[in-house]
Formats: sequence, C-alpha cells, structure tokens
Amino acid sequence: MSASPTIRTPGTLESALLTRRDAGHKLLIPYITAGLDDEWLLVLEALAGAGADAIEVGVPFSDPMIDGAVIQESSLRALERGTTPEGVLADLSRVDVGVPLVVMTYYNLIYRAGHARIAGAMHQSGVRGAIIPDLPLEEVGGWAAVADLEDVATVLLVAPSTPDERIGAICERSRGFVYAVGRMGVTGEQAVLADSAREVAGRIQAHTDLPVCVGIGVSTPDQAATVCEVADGVVVGSALVRRLLEGRGPDGAAEFVGSLRAAMDAG
Amino acid sequence: MAPPPGRSAPNTFGAPRQLHPPCPPHSDCELYTMTTETTTPAAIMGDPGPTGRFGEFGGRYVPEALVPACIELEAAFRDAWADPAFRDELDSILRNYGGRPTPVTDCGRLTEQLGVRVLLKREDLTHTGSHKLNNVIGQGLLARRMGKRKLIAETGAGQHGVATATAAALFGMECIVYMGEVDTQRQELNVFRMELLGATVVPVTSGSRTLKDAVNEALRAWVASVDDTHYCLGSVMGPHPYPWMVREFQRVIGDEAREQTRALLGTDPDVVVACAGGGSNAAGIFAGFADATSSDLVAVEASGGAAVTTGIPGVLHGMRSALIQDEAGQILEAESISAGLDYPGIGPEHAHLAELGRARYESAGDEAVLEAFQLLARTEGILPALESAHALAWVVAAAASGELEPGTTVLVNLSGRGDKDVAQVRDILRGRA
Ligand SMILES: Cc1ncc(COP(=O)(O)O)c(C=O)c1O
Repeated sequence: MSASPTIRTPGTLESALLTRRDAGHKLLIPYITAGLDDEWLLVLEALAGAGADAIEVGVPFSDPMIDGAVIQESSLRALERGTTPEGVLADLSRVDVGVPLVVMTYYNLIYRAGHARIAGAMHQSGVRGAIIPDLPLEEVGGWAAVADLEDVATVLLVAPSTPDERIGAICERSRGFVYAVGRMGVTGEQAVLADSAREVAGRIQAHTDLPVCVGIGVSTPDQAATVCEVADGVVVGSALVRRLLEGRGPDGAAEFVGSLRAAMDAG
Repeated sequence: MAPPPGRSAPNTFGAPRQLHPPCPPHSDCELYTMTTETTTPAAIMGDPGPTGRFGEFGGRYVPEALVPACIELEAAFRDAWADPAFRDELDSILRNYGGRPTPVTDCGRLTEQLGVRVLLKREDLTHTGSHKLNNVIGQGLLARRMGKRKLIAETGAGQHGVATATAAALFGMECIVYMGEVDTQRQELNVFRMELLGATVVPVTSGSRTLKDAVNEALRAWVASVDDTHYCLGSVMGPHPYPWMVREFQRVIGDEAREQTRALLGTDPDVVVACAGGGSNAAGIFAGFADATSSDLVAVEASGGAAVTTGIPGVLHGMRSALIQDEAGQILEAESISAGLDYPGIGPEHAHLAELGRARYESAGDEAVLEAFQLLARTEGILPALESAHALAWVVAAAASGELEPGTTVLVNLSGRGDKDVAQVRDILRGRA
C-alpha cells in the first residue's frame, strides 16, 4: 500500500512536527518517566529549553514488557513514589513547556481508565499524542477512534520485523509521526547503532509523508546524527533516563539533550 | 448443567474453522471489531478465528516487533494441525516417549473417606511428571517444522521449564528458561533438572520475581531473538495463537478422559475439576467435556491468585483476560504456596467460559492445599503436585459442605506429581512441629 493522500486535518502534534521538519529541522523527542523524582516537571522544562521538539512522557506500568533494565528501574521508582496515571495528567496540566507532550504507556492503564475518560483527561492536561506499544494495528481501532476526537495522536510503531505489506496499513492509521523501532530488542542503551535503524526508517518513508522518528537503541549524539541521515528524527529514552537515575537532574538532562540537538543540527 | 441450546457437535481435532474470511490487517475492518458472539455460534472451546477472540477476551496485544512472529506461528499451527502426518508424529511421541494414554484411577479409599466418588486423571504419570509435556512436544515439533533452532520458555514451578528442556534435548535444540528468582529458590531441584537436560536457567529479578515476571522476561528475550527462536509458552495464555494452540495440545487429556470415564462409569462424570494457574491443564481436560457432555466444569485457582473470582478484565502478556490489578490498572502480585499457580491472570478462554457460565471458578487456600496434599498421599499412595492439590482441596471442601452430594462422581485432573514439592512441604511441616 503506498501513501494514499487521506483527506484529514493533521492534529496538533502532527502539525507541530511537520512545521519543524519542513523548515529543515531534525526532530528530537526525549523520553522521561513521569514521577521518577520530585524534579521531573523541572526536567520537562529543561528538555524543552535544550531543544526538544516534543517530549515523550512515560506513565509507569507494573509490567513494562518492551522496556529494558533502565526504564524498568525508573518505572519501579516512580511507582514506589505512588505515581498514578491520573496524578501524572494532573501534574502535566499545571505546566506548559511549550512543546507537544506525548504519553507513552501500556494498554492496561488506558483500558482500565476507559478510553473516553482518559483520552479526555489527556487532552485537558495538554497531551497531544500517545504511544501504546502493546496495542498493535489489529487492536488499536477502538482506542484510536476515541483519541482522534480528543486531538490525541495515536503514534504507531513499525519494527524491523514488520513486512512491507503491513507498513502501509500502519502508516495509514498512525497519527503525529511514525515510530520506527530501531532494533529488534527492548529499550536500552547500545554502544553501536544497529544497521536496522536506518534500514527500517527508509522502508517506512517509502510509505508515508508523516515524520518518521527512530527510537529504541539510539543512545548518543553520534548515533542520533547518523540515524537522521535517513530519518526525520529520533526518540532517546534510556540514555537520558540513566542520567536521571544517576541523579544528574534537570541540568544534566539539558546538557545531554543539548548535545543531541547540536549533533543533529550539525549533521 | 444442561448444554445451552444450539451447542454444536464436539469439535475434536476438526479442520480449523474460520469465523469469517481473513480480512486485510487494518483495524477498521468491520468484521474485525465483531467478536465471536456476533458471528455464527462457534462450538464451545472451538477455533477462536483469526483474531483469537474468546468472546471479548483474548486477542494479540504485543509490540509490533512480535506481531509478524505471532501471525507466522498461527499460520504454521493451522497448517500443522490440519496435517495428518504432524498429528501422527505427535501422537506417536506422546505414546512411545511420553507414556500416553495416562490412566484414570478410581480412588477407593479416598471415595470412602469423602463420600463422593473420586476419579483421577493421572497426568502425574507422564514423562517429566506433569501435563506440561503434552504442550511442549507439540510446540517442539512445530518449532522444528518452522525451522527454529532454539526454544525459550518461562516457568513457575519449573515443570514447564523441565518439560521444555526435555523437548529441546529430544529435538536437539538449544533451550533457555526464564524463572523468577523466588521460584528458583522454591524449586531448586527443578533448576538443576533443567541444567542436567542441557538448558540454561536465567533467574529473573524484576518485579515480584515469580511467574509473571518470568513471562515478561521471556517476551523481552523473544523480541531480540525471534528470527531463530520459538517462544514455547507454557499455558493457555499470551497472545493469539497461544491460548488456542496450547489448549489444542492439551485437549488430549480431556479426549482420553472422556472415553475412559465412559468406559468406567457407563456415563460422564458429574463434575470435572482441575487447578488453574494459566489454565492449561484445566483447558485441556475441559476441552474433552465442554461441548460433548453436560458435566459440570470447575477450575480451582489459588486464593492468592484467583483471577476470575477476584480479578477484573484487563490486558497483560498479550491477552485480554481477567487480571488481579489495582484501581489504576497496575498488576498486583499473586501469592500462593505453589509456584505454578502464582500468577495474577488466567488464560482468556477461562474468562470467557466463566462469563458463559459453562465453567465455574473456585479457589483454595494454602492450608487446605497442604491438607489435601497429605490426604492423597495417605489414602491413595499418590503425592500430588501442590498445584493439583488445589483441585483436590476444593473437592474435599465441597464434599464436606454438601455442595457435592454423596455419590457424586468427580473427575479430578491430577496435573502433576508432587516430588518437586517434597522439600518445600517438609520445610513447612517441620517448621510447625
Ligand atoms: C503440575 C502443575 N499443575 C498445574 C500447573 C499450572 O498451570 P496450568 O494452569 O497452565 O495447568 C503447573 C504449572 O507449573 C504445574 O506444574
């Protein structure tokens, strides 16, 4: 299936990212786990200040099956501090960091809250996108239809294992951007960028005009720049969250994200 | 219990039935959003169709990276299950290597004591000591047919891990077993058994360090190795096609038992009882009776992990089913004396059977289970697995309360033998002396 020009109005997230991309910028989307510590909202502001184009906010789940050790640890810490989906959204509604926020979480939290209720709450708190990695194309319909009505873009993922026949259908249903899974594995820092990262981004781009951002296994400024030779942007999670777990705080986060930004802009 | 009207003929090993023709994989397909309830009524415990739905339960909630593997597995299973050569080879291995058919034992002394007639389906007598072998031989053969050279598995009590390690040895495959750290301690001997069989056991230290976390870790490992590796899931849970496929591999228990009890009793047992963790031994024995008989079906969960009676619908490990969870949807930790039932969920078909009212879901606590464990040892000379002792514990309680009337015939699936539990039970009982 090639990119058939669907007549639909792009949502807030999509418009923001398209505007940036079409102006020649690469898209930088850092990830943090909500509720990790007392400073997490300050970290959000620091990330925006350091050049993030959108921010992925992880709502911690007890069984993060696509996450590796670092994000498992951050999820556990956040849960031990009493972090709940409702609390996270309430916190987010009190800040305005100036870039779109995208929630990343697992489907049970969405299902438990109820699609309409949580989509509405997301909208109210300024969230404009949602990444739900255990809700693949065949299962996403019910949620995505409700999220569309609330201007919450349901970002779908394409993996290196996804055959070309599926990519078109996934891109068609994806909103905001298409999340290219950079390697076959769980989230976690990698010393070497997998070949699959650029390869999958290229395959997706043949099917869509949506921005294509690569996440999972993009850990360093160099890797971000390399991926962006093909992709429109990157999502960087574990490398940032590890720094937060080490206590480097908003300043450390800003410094790291600034270095990603610089490498992507130079590339 | 009378069979509901319109129940169709027993679906024993029939060719796979499609609920509706395959539709292109996109979520807006109208047929997709329909559940089995809105299409032609399927046989109870029949083919859940391409979407893997049992009523509203089941499905395939996995990361995109695993979707193609699940689709490939489903196609391979449909193909193999319809292939007489595959069925013959499976049957032959289960007979000549696994020790099938397992007998049904009429328990004279226990019957005298309880006042209800107890029959045991002796899965404890299969090679490796539990029903888990039925499933792993099936999946091992399928994995070989698919050209995979490595098996990974999760395990709780270690029985599924031992069975998988056994199948891997038999088929000359590599094997890695993920096991919660708590369970590696509770079931130390099984860890060593797996190692003797050539498997690598990886202790899982995340979360509650039990079965739930072992499943998470096995899924994580599968994402990274899906090209050459088959995930040999141990129960009727997980993403489609596992709940259906594992039930089909286990239905040999029920098909045998139905014929055996008919020969023995001249009729069907009044009640069929099995313990349920993920629910595979229960699904296997129920599959022989759900459609073909009007026997009451009872599944017994651990009271600290009673997903059907204390859980609510949710999504975990690739399936929509009944789960023990908090207000927000965080999964809670199950707690049971038996590692094999220490799981906060249950297979989706059980959630559906409960909703239909075709099976009943009960629970048994640790204390009653220890009693039942010892009772069977003393009255019949059989040490049951602690898991299986849950089914017995319910029978004991129901016979005492009069819920099971005197003279009722009760078929209990004795899913495994208790050798693995002897050290644990010794420590508990000695600790009290
Ligand atoms: C002997 C025995 N019975 C039952 C179970 C529970 O599994 P299931 O509910 O899938 O039969 C186990 C699991 O380890 C087991 O070892």
